[in-house]
Amino acid sequence: MAKIRVQYFAILRERAGRAGEEIDTVAATAGALYAELEGRYSFPALRSVKVAINDEFCPWDAPLSPGDSVVFIPPVAGG
Amino acid sequence: MARFAFARAAINPATLSRTLAEEACGALVTFEGWVRNHNDGRPVLRLDYEGYEALAVREGSRIIDEAIARFGVSGAACVHRLGSLALGDLAVWVGVTSGHRGAAFDACRYIIDEVKSRVPIWKKEYYEGGDSGWINCDTR
Repeated sequence: MAKIRVQYFAILRERAGRAGEEIDTVAATAGALYAELEGRYSFPALRSVKVAINDEFCPWDAPLSPGDSVVFIPPVAGG
Repeated sequence: MARFAFARAAINPATLSRTLAEEACGALVTFEGWVRNHNDGRPVLRLDYEGYEALAVREGSRIIDEAIARFGVSGAACVHRLGSLALGDLAVWVGVTSGHRGAAFDACRYIIDEVKSRVPIWKKEYYEGGDSGWINCDTR
């Protein structure tokens, strides 16, 4: 089990009912972690979402290490 | 000044423009995005912006650097509001300085288009009748 810090923004923050949490997970990748949370919080489908690890965009198959900070990024709408 | 920054209070375009001033520049092109009273045929009353600041500043600054390298302009900056905004408020400002106007227009267009598609900022609109929605997110 690895302890991962997750932050939620916008629609994900509202669905999760929190701005962030520490999660003990067996998920080996960012995508596996999203799959774990998707059902718990009824998040939108993964194909519309991006992910950042330690404040940089990453592919979904990027490996997770203990202490990583993960942010899931639903479709953006600046401007 | 920072190439890309968030503002939590009103943006002052005149002040921002002066930070880009250079005697070698004959052109300043700016873009202002304002809060509009309708979207997709629905009346909008107000909106909230939320941003993932650490990554947004990195990605926004990369966009500014790309614009400077690609169009050869002298200076460029972008400031985006966060928080609750009213109709008519200035939501995003882009400024580009250059020796001549052509490159400045092109770079300004590039920056606002890329910011809208790449920078982690989210917009929630509030409608007449009390409902609301996250733009680009609530369709599934």
